[in-house]
Amino acid sequence: MITIADQLLVLVLLINFVVLGTSRLIFSIRAVAVQGVILGVLPALIHPFSWHLVGIISMILVTKGVVIPMMLSRAMRSAEIKREAEPYLGYVPTLLLGAVFTALSFGFAGKLPMLAEHQNYIFVPASMATLMAGFLILTTRRKAISQVIGYLVLENGIFIFGLLLADAMPIMVEAGALLDLLVGTFVMGIVINYISREFASLDTSRLTSLKEE
Amino acid sequence: MADDFSPSTLIFAATLLASLSGTPMLLCRLLPPSRAQLLSTVLMLSASITGLSGALLALISGKTEHFQLPLSLPFGSGEVGVDPITAWFLLPVFLITGSAALYGRAYWNADKFPETVCKITFFFGLMSGFMSAVTLARDGITFLFFWEIMALAAYFLVATEDKKPEVNSAATLYMITTHIGTLALFALFPLLALAAGSWLFPDAGSLDATSTLATSLFFVSLFGFGMKAGIMPLHIWLPSAHANAPSHISAVMSGVMLKVGVYGIVRTLSFFHGFPLWWGIILLLAGAVSALAAVLFAIAQHDLKRLLAYHSIENIGIIFMGLGVALIGCSTSSPAIVMLGTAGALLHILNHATFKALLFMGAGSVVHATGTRRIDLMGGAARFLPYTALFFGVGAVAICGLPPLNGFVSELMIYIGLFRGIQGSGVAAAADALAIPALALVGGLAVACFVKVYGIVFLGTARSEEHTAHHEAGWQMLLPMGLLAAICFIIGSAPALLGDMLQRASSEVFPSALESGIRLVSLVPLPTLSFVAAALMLMIILLALWYRRTTLKSSRSDSVTWGCGYRRPTARMQYTASSFAEILTGLFAFLLKPEISKPDIAKGMFPPSADFHNHAPEVVLELIYTPLLERLYQRFLPIRRLQNGILQQYVLYILITLVLLFMSDYL
Repeated sequence: MITIADQLLVLVLLINFVVLGTSRLIFSIRAVAVQGVILGVLPALIHPFSWHLVGIISMILVTKGVVIPMMLSRAMRSAEIKREAEPYLGYVPTLLLGAVFTALSFGFAGKLPMLAEHQNYIFVPASMATLMAGFLILTTRRKAISQVIGYLVLENGIFIFGLLLADAMPIMVEAGALLDLLVGTFVMGIVINYISREFASLDTSRLTSLKEE
Repeated sequence: MADDFSPSTLIFAATLLASLSGTPMLLCRLLPPSRAQLLSTVLMLSASITGLSGALLALISGKTEHFQLPLSLPFGSGEVGVDPITAWFLLPVFLITGSAALYGRAYWNADKFPETVCKITFFFGLMSGFMSAVTLARDGITFLFFWEIMALAAYFLVATEDKKPEVNSAATLYMITTHIGTLALFALFPLLALAAGSWLFPDAGSLDATSTLATSLFFVSLFGFGMKAGIMPLHIWLPSAHANAPSHISAVMSGVMLKVGVYGIVRTLSFFHGFPLWWGIILLLAGAVSALAAVLFAIAQHDLKRLLAYHSIENIGIIFMGLGVALIGCSTSSPAIVMLGTAGALLHILNHATFKALLFMGAGSVVHATGTRRIDLMGGAARFLPYTALFFGVGAVAICGLPPLNGFVSELMIYIGLFRGIQGSGVAAAADALAIPALALVGGLAVACFVKVYGIVFLGTARSEEHTAHHEAGWQMLLPMGLLAAICFIIGSAPALLGDMLQRASSEVFPSALESGIRLVSLVPLPTLSFVAAALMLMIILLALWYRRTTLKSSRSDSVTWGCGYRRPTARMQYTASSFAEILTGLFAFLLKPEISKPDIAKGMFPPSADFHNHAPEVVLELIYTPLLERLYQRFLPIRRLQNGILQQYVLYILITLVLLFMSDYL
C-alpha cells in the first residue's frame, strides 16, 4: 500500500510541473482538480478503514474534484478571461525553478527529525515541493485566477503534510479546513468578477493603483 | 446601606454607563436623533453624577480595592482597582465629561448637525467611559486595551467635521502621534513586567529607581505618556487637534485626556522608591521649558482655540514642575517638599481641568455667536454675551494663577515647595532656585496673554457686522460654564475642603517618602487662603461700588473704545491681537520665528493699498519634525521600492524568506 501511496505522490509532483508549465488556464484548473482527487484518495491507502475517514474522503472529493473546478470555470466564463496564463516569468524558467525547489525540498526533508514510521515516505518532501510550486505560481502569474490556482496548489501541499496526522485530526478540523478553502475560492471568484468590472482586466498588476503614494 | 457597599461599585457603574451613553444614537430607526441625543445626555449626566459621588466617597474613605477581571488572556487575568490616586483623577474625568455632555447638547444639536451628531455623541461616550477605565486598570494589558480605545475614540471626535481638509490633517497628525505614544507604551509594559515579575502593576514604591531598567522605564513612560499629555517637544498634535475639534470635545480633551497622560506618569512614578536626583531635575526642566515656551507661543496666536491649546501645554508644564519638585524632595528626603510638590501637581490637575474646560466652553460660545475662531475679527462680545464674558473672565483669572481663584492655590503649593527646596543645598537647591523665576515669568506672560484675549474678544466694539455676536448662548451651554466657574471659585476660596482628599491621594503616590505622616495643612495655610480670598472679594466689591457711584455722577458720552483721540474713529482702529502682542512676540522672535509680511507704505506720493499679516508657525513641527521626516523619507526612498503594490512580489518576499530558511539548514 505504501508503495502505491508513494507512486501517487510522485503523480502529484508531476502535476505540479504540469500546472507550472502549461499556458492554458482551463487545463491547469483541471490538473489541480485531478491533484485534489488523488490527494483525496490517499488517506484511504495509508490509514485503516473508519467512517470518519470515509466522511473526509467524500468531502474532499466533492469539494476539490467537483465544486471548486466548477466555480473556477464559471468565473472564467462569466468574466471572459482569456485562456492564457500570461506569466511574469517564462514557462521554462518557472519549470526549472520548480525542479530546483523540488530537489531542495527532498534535501531538506532528509534532515528533519521525524518519527521512524514516517522516515521512508516521501510525504514530507512532496508536501514541501507542492507548497513551493504553489508559491511559484502565486509569484509568477499575472491573472487573478492564476492566483486562485496558486492558493489551491499551496493548500494541497499543506494537506499532504496533514495526511501524516489524519488519524489524530478530528473531523471538525478537516471540515473547517475544507470550508475555509471553499469560502476562499468563492470569495476569490467574487473578487475576480469585481476586478474585471472595475479595471476592465484581470491583471492583478493593475492593483498597484491602490498603493499609497 | 449594606456593610459591603463600596464606592468602587458606583465608579464601575458610572464607567459602564458613560461608555454606553452613546448607544441610543445608533438606534436611529427607533428614535429620532434629537430624542436619542437627549437620552444620551441624560445617561452621560447620570454617569457623571454617579461617578463623581463614587470618586468622592472613595477619596473620603481612602480605601484601596482590587478586582479580578474574568478574562482568559495569555498574559494572565486582568485586574482593575480603585485607590485614592485613581479616585482623584476620576474627579475631573466625571466632572468635565458631564458638563461637556450637557453643553454639547446645545452646541452640537441634533437638529443643526444631523450628519455628525451620531458619531460625535457615540464616541464622546466611549472616550469618557474609557478615560475613566484607563485610570482603573491595574495590569499592563488591560491598561493598553482601555488606553487604545480612548485614543481611537478621541481620533473620531477630532475628525468630527472630516469634510474640511484642515480638520482631516489635524486628526491624522493626532493619529500618528498617539500611535507613536502607544508604541512607547508597548515597550513600557513588558519592561515593567520584567522589573515587577508579572503583568500586574507592582505595589507602590516597590521597585528600585536606581537600576538601569528603572531608568529606561522612566524615559519610555515620559515619552509615551508625555506624548499624550502634550509636554514640549512632544506637543505637536495638540494645537491643531484642539483648534479643529468641536469646542466641548476640546474641553474634554484638554481638560481630561491630557490628564490621563499625566496619570500614566504619576502611576509609573508611584511604583518606585529611591529616586535619583536627576529624575526630578529632568521633570522640572521639561515642565519649565513646556510652560515657558507654550505661553510664548500662546501670545503669538490669532486663533482663539489654538491659543487655549497652547495654554494647556503651559499648564501641563506647571503640573510637571510640581511632580519634579516632589521627586527632588524624594531624593533629598524632605517629606515637606514631596507633599507640597505632589499636592500642588494633583490639585493643578483638577484646577486646570475645570478652568480650561470652562475657557474652551466660553470660546465655543463666542465662536458659536461670531462664526469665526480668529481673535482679530471679534470684538465687543461682552455686550451681547454678558454671562459668557463673566464666566470666561473667571476662567481667565483662574488660569493666570491669581487669587481668589483655584489656579492660585495649586501654584502657591508648588511655589512653597520650591522655596523650601532653596533652603537645601547643592544641585537640588540650584534647580529649585532657577525654577522659581521661570514659574513667575510663566504667570506674568499668561496674564499678558489673557489680557489680550479678553480685551480684544470681549471688550471694545465689534470689528465687522459679519462677525458681531448677537445672541447669548442657551441655558444648556451657560449652566455647565457657571458650574465650572463656581467650582473654580470654591476651590480658590475654600481649598481646605479638598485638603484631606489631596493628602490621601498624595501619600499614595510617594508612600515611602511620606511615611512620616506629614500634614498638608501644616505646610500650606489653607484657612488663611480663604480669609485672604474673602478679603480680596470684599475689596473688589467695595471698589466696584465706589466706581459705580462716581461714574453715575459724571457725564457720559458714547465713543469707540481705544479711539486714541481721533475725531472719527472706526472700529478697525482698535488695538488688534497682533498689535497687542507685538512687543512680546518681537522680544521672543528667536524662539517663535513669526512670519511677518509688512506693507511698504513709504513708497511713492500716494501709497497704494497695502496689507499686513503675521503668522506664528508651530515651530517644533514645521521647522524641526517636518524637515527631519522629509529628509528621512528621501534617504529611505530606495527601501520604499520594496513596497510597490504588486501582489505577486509580496508573495515572492514570503517565498524568498522560506527558501532562505531552508537553505540555512545547509549552511
